[in-house]
Amino acid sequence: MLEIKNLHVKLEEEDKQILKGVNLTVGAGQVHAIMGPNGSGKSTLSYVLSGRGGYEVTEGAATLNGTDLLDLEPEERAAAGLFLAFQYPVEIPGVGNMTFLRTAVNAQRKARGEDELSATDFLKVIRAKAKDLQIDAEMLKRPVNVGFSGGEKKRNEILQMAMLEPKMCILDETDSGLDVDAMKLVADGVNALRDAGRSFLVITHYQRLLDHIKPDVVHIMADGKIIKTGGPELALEVENNGYADLLEERV
Amino acid sequence: MALSQPKDAGVVALIDALGAVSDTGCLAAARADALTRVRATGLPTRRDEYWRYTRPDTLTQAEVPTAAVFAHDDAPMFGEIDQVRLVFVDGVFDPAASDDPALAGIVIERLAEVQQRDIHWAKEVYGKLETAGQTPVARPLAALNTAFATDGIVLHVTGKAGKPVSISYLHENDTSDAILHHVIRIDAGADLTLLEQGPGAARLNKVMEVEIGDGGAFHHVQAQGRDHERRAVTHTFARLGTESRFKSFTLTVNGVMTRNECIIELTGDDAVAHVAGASVGDGNFHHDDTVFVTHDALNCESRQVFKKVLRNGATGVFQGKILVKKDAQKTDGYQISQALLLDGDSQFLAKPELEIYADDVVCSHGSTSGAIDTDSLFYLRSRGVPVAEATDLMTLAFLAEAIDEIDDPALAADLLSRLQGWLARRRS
Ligand SMILES: Nc1ncnc2c1ncn2[C@@H]1O[C@H](COP(=O)(O)OP(=O)(O)OP(=O)(O)O)[C@@H](O)[C@H]1O
Ligand SMILES: [Mg+2]
Repeated sequence: MLEIKNLHVKLEEEDKQILKGVNLTVGAGQVHAIMGPNGSGKSTLSYVLSGRGGYEVTEGAATLNGTDLLDLEPEERAAAGLFLAFQYPVEIPGVGNMTFLRTAVNAQRKARGEDELSATDFLKVIRAKAKDLQIDAEMLKRPVNVGFSGGEKKRNEILQMAMLEPKMCILDETDSGLDVDAMKLVADGVNALRDAGRSFLVITHYQRLLDHIKPDVVHIMADGKIIKTGGPELALEVENNGYADLLEERV
Repeated sequence: MALSQPKDAGVVALIDALGAVSDTGCLAAARADALTRVRATGLPTRRDEYWRYTRPDTLTQAEVPTAAVFAHDDAPMFGEIDQVRLVFVDGVFDPAASDDPALAGIVIERLAEVQQRDIHWAKEVYGKLETAGQTPVARPLAALNTAFATDGIVLHVTGKAGKPVSISYLHENDTSDAILHHVIRIDAGADLTLLEQGPGAARLNKVMEVEIGDGGAFHHVQAQGRDHERRAVTHTFARLGTESRFKSFTLTVNGVMTRNECIIELTGDDAVAHVAGASVGDGNFHHDDTVFVTHDALNCESRQVFKKVLRNGATGVFQGKILVKKDAQKTDGYQISQALLLDGDSQFLAKPELEIYADDVVCSHGSTSGAIDTDSLFYLRSRGVPVAEATDLMTLAFLAEAIDEIDDPALAADLLSRLQGWLARRRS
């Protein structure tokens, strides 16, 4: 599904190397988790994969089902099946949540040569999915993320993911800011989407989310590299002991 | 020195080109007075502080710069709305294309006919609001208009007008120079919606004087037409009585030169005046909103909301002032002007001003200009929205605050679809 090879990334504006050779392969249907200290480059990796500006890839490659991701515009990556649930979802005053989502769904369908969804069909689908995530109709009418609480923003990310049905879902700290019940809702939302043709890369600091979304593989990222890869037990180790031992091992 | 001695050569040339001022009928005195005033002040020049950001020469020169007639196949503006339609072609009234002006709650007449009479109420308004609006800042092109206007609409609203009155300004001659002057009196408790649309002429000088009686309401929506080469200078003078309402919205799409001045005087307590505009320009586009709101009564509210989208070297100007006089306590004044610059070549020049002599008031103003927010753009694109569509969504979102100023949802939807069309035509 997703294959990242020796990815080196620096900031476009300054001479600051952030990713220093990331190697990562996520197979179809798998859930991988990435943990790692603050500032280790987890969000940068997710941004670079989704095509945000401001970064320069100096070496390496990233492909989604064989397609070179780094060559595509952000919207083309989305149409190819990539989705990023943002660590900090953006507020967009003046753009209605509903308008935005319908535009996005139909733009992706169009890019894939599928028919657009009619307004009524779209409404039906979004109402059902919003209900599952306990997002009320009033929130759908508001401008994108404007005035949403931290947890509401995160649930809105998952709603977008559910509507767009991507193949490769990257969740950047979707658990942060969620209360215990909301975390359960979000995890249920993610688990409902789990399927043999869909993969997840879950960035988190806490074991708690991984209790709900069971990962197949756990990676530890530090200083722009994956320093250790293991099974679910690796997350428990981090939870109990922090990163100190892992970082030391590396030296 | 005689007052009528012209101050500059420009005013002589233009006045000569315009010919004689009509000296008979009930408006003759107002016209003669206006001519004297404009001779004394001269016409605006680049050196005038009030014209610092907008070059007045093409508006004041005797010879009209040509403006090619712009062909388009848009559906007529406000076409879906039941209305009494009045049509001017290059500044000349077209009775055949106009509806019968008989309408409950309102008397509709032509200025050209009214001025032939010896007695008419229009005499009490014509040139009066314009004259009052000349201080503290002179507006010579409005005085020129009062002196030379060839026609216009004279409206007396006595009740709730049965439907909106619309004025369409067609442009069919590429050197037409139109001077139109409308006079509107809204009686106490009466209510009028006025729609205006179209470029009007190669060069249009339009004045509208609106007197709103106690508890009266005036709703105004105008769209200035898509012609690229047209020029326009417009002045709206409004005087508001107690508990009256004035709401005006202007959409400007294209146009090499537009100067819209709005001069509002809140003279009765608890009156409300909202003036707003959305303008979009591409390339050779210069658009100037100049607003002057005077609070001279208790507990009045005024609101100015102006948004401009500029690309390819287009220029937007905003000069907005709120003047709160000494006794205008409890004034609520708000002013915002913003420009979205779609590239680095475009510019927005703003001069927001507050001048407050009362102590118990709430007034705020703000002005910003900037590019599309890159984080928002990326967020939309990351969901699969192509960059052009995402940019349009953001642009319409930017304009939304101004469009929201229009009360009638059908009118707002119509204007919004025009803006969408304009953006869609610019997708590369
Ligand atoms: N645009 C930028 N300008 C300057 N520094 C940046 C920029 N983007 C990222 N960085 C730096 O790159 C490093 C990695 O940041 P990143 O946000 O990817 O970390 P992270 O692993 O997601 O951290 P966290 O767990 O706190 O979310 C940090 O040191 C950060 O300050
Ligand atoms: Mg991060």
